[in-house]
Amino acid sequence: MRHIISILLENEAGALSRVAGLFSARGYNIESLTVAPTEDSSLSRMTLVTRGSDDIIEQITKQLNKLVDVVKLMDLSEGPYMERELMLLKARAVTSAREELKRLADIFRGRIIDVTDGTYTIELTGTSDKLDAFIEAVGSKDIVEVVRTGVSGIARGERSLRA
Amino acid sequence: MELSGAQIIVQFLKDEGVECIFGYPGGAVLHIYDELYKQDDVKHILVRHEQGAAHAADGYARATGKPGVCLVTSGPGATNAVTGIATAHMDSIPLVVLTGQVPTPWIGSDAFQEVDTVGITRPCVKHNFLVKDVRELADTLKKAFYIASTGRPGPVVVDIPKDVTDPRVKVPYTHPKKVHVRSYNPVLKGHSKQVRRAVEVLLGAKRPMIYTGGGVILGEGSRELTDLTRLLGYPITNTLMGLGGYPGTDRQFLGMLGKHGTYEANMAMHECDVLLAVGARFDDRVTGKIDTFCPHAQIIHIDVDPASISKNVKVDIPIVGSVAHVLRDMIDVVKESDLKPDSAAVAQWWAQIDKWRGLECLKYDRGSELIKPQFVIETLYKVTRGDAYVTSDVGQHQMWAAQFYKFDLPRRWINSGGLGTMGFGLPAAMGVKLAFPNEPVVCVTGEASVQMCIQELSTCFQYKLPIKVVNLNNRYMGMVRQWQEFFYGSRYSHSYMDALPDFVKLAEAYGHSGMRIERPADVEGALREAMASDKLVFLDFITDPTENVYPMIEAGKGQDEMRLSPHLSAERELA
Repeated sequence: MRHIISILLENEAGALSRVAGLFSARGYNIESLTVAPTEDSSLSRMTLVTRGSDDIIEQITKQLNKLVDVVKLMDLSEGPYMERELMLLKARAVTSAREELKRLADIFRGRIIDVTDGTYTIELTGTSDKLDAFIEAVGSKDIVEVVRTGVSGIARGERSLRA
Repeated sequence: MELSGAQIIVQFLKDEGVECIFGYPGGAVLHIYDELYKQDDVKHILVRHEQGAAHAADGYARATGKPGVCLVTSGPGATNAVTGIATAHMDSIPLVVLTGQVPTPWIGSDAFQEVDTVGITRPCVKHNFLVKDVRELADTLKKAFYIASTGRPGPVVVDIPKDVTDPRVKVPYTHPKKVHVRSYNPVLKGHSKQVRRAVEVLLGAKRPMIYTGGGVILGEGSRELTDLTRLLGYPITNTLMGLGGYPGTDRQFLGMLGKHGTYEANMAMHECDVLLAVGARFDDRVTGKIDTFCPHAQIIHIDVDPASISKNVKVDIPIVGSVAHVLRDMIDVVKESDLKPDSAAVAQWWAQIDKWRGLECLKYDRGSELIKPQFVIETLYKVTRGDAYVTSDVGQHQMWAAQFYKFDLPRRWINSGGLGTMGFGLPAAMGVKLAFPNEPVVCVTGEASVQMCIQELSTCFQYKLPIKVVNLNNRYMGMVRQWQEFFYGSRYSHSYMDALPDFVKLAEAYGHSGMRIERPADVEGALREAMASDKLVFLDFITDPTENVYPMIEAGKGQDEMRLSPHLSAERELA
């Protein structure tokens, strides 16, 4: 099953490599990983998407907790949560395809942020599924390049991850 | 007090109560060595190879319980120490490894003797640091000692660029009394409800078994373990790392378990209905085939490391906490409880165990004209009255030492269990001898293992360390040979050393004494003479090259499917 793990870690050189190293050393997979400092500049917040059986996820969270740089973590998928991912997609946009692409962007609530004679660059935010769906709708034939941030997640309501 | 980084390191080690460190100088640590030269409080032991420094510090730590410290230079100094660091990591040994690094402005420039030490050691340390500012040095060192020696212990590397130890840059220093790491809070006390539940299950057992590992030794819990086990009257087994955690000569002790454990220990594990696991990690060498591990048992597991629990084997009652704390709580609960152990069922269980014991699975051919390695260890036990500190290397000799030397006390049996590092025994013995100069220290080894760190004989001579080296010389990498005999049609691919040195002459060349022993009748006399000598004696026992370690759980087999000694099977047929 897909799990989204939120991690607060020391904002220090090498902290990221400890997390990434743990996953490669123990053979766990990382689907996506995002990290940036929080409002407290001594802490970084990481959102990590992984897949595995309950036993594996339990081991992953225990092993992560064991890292000295990890201050706290939470498996977001254990309760209600929201996830967002940002994508920038550049597509070929000529003649009739230009109108079609703009309509598609509107339907997905995307924004066109750069225009040239031959291309549109569209900014789109949403769940990973939604971004996947947009990519499919545009079609690989017309896509020039895609860049995605990976998932950021946060729990709904009172549930929160604080140091 | 204003001190340079190099002075801070030496002063800090004094303030922390460090008596001796093991190291090897080089460019990046010269400022530190200059400060070591100016004082006598911290003794520096000059090894002959950095791997030896790490193993010696490790042996010191295993014998004393205090963190071992080593100091090596950047680049090859650090990489040479890596095997020793990984060895300590696998066995959870508290080690603080100070590595020199090129000056901070040069980091990343592929400077002379530069490696990414923090990157290279990251997967085999509990934690590591790169100190970039001399003002952070004292606090970082304190954190290193704190992290290395608390919770589940382990090695911590502190990488120190040369400019951080610059004698011209002085900063205020006070010894940090305490240190706080917000993300690191090891649990000591077990959950009281879990403890009660565990005791209830334990007291209801019909076929109980206690299985304990290195955690009992590291967590100073052997007194409590002994008390609880005697109070309950239950059988107990130790892992290779756990030997000495419970008195090896006690009737309730079934010997070591696992791949080369005793028949009775493994059968009792297989048939038990309640298993109490203490400070053990369900290693593959213990469990055998995991699907058939303790198939009838409810499992209680005490461990200070939550990640150890349900890692390999799903347990029913986990208790996270320091073993000494939790066992003490369990003893209290047992004493207060209205429940008593089911003495009728347990008596029946003991009758069954005694039947398994009756097999005498460790029996070997005593009539042989060749020296049997088991006989050497038995005689060593007799001659030292079971009182020696015994280090070992890795292979057959390690298993025979574990099977035949009965350890009644913790911290007496010192071996590389997890990583299985050949070359560990001799430098580890140096660390032990430095910690306990008046105690007998024996390194049980083989002619293959001992050559991996043989250069440390030179260190032993420099510091007058009268270790006794018991070399079980069968001319083969014995364990490799055994596997090749059993599983590769006796094709002994590269496990025979055609050209061995004359170990007697070698020992003498290093300034020590050597003895070559070729007949069983000479074994005891040689050992007595060596133990009485005030020199390091290298005893080269020429043993039966074909002897195998029995019993054995072969790969993919369960605990109840042990391969027994053919000698034993023949004897049984005769009877």
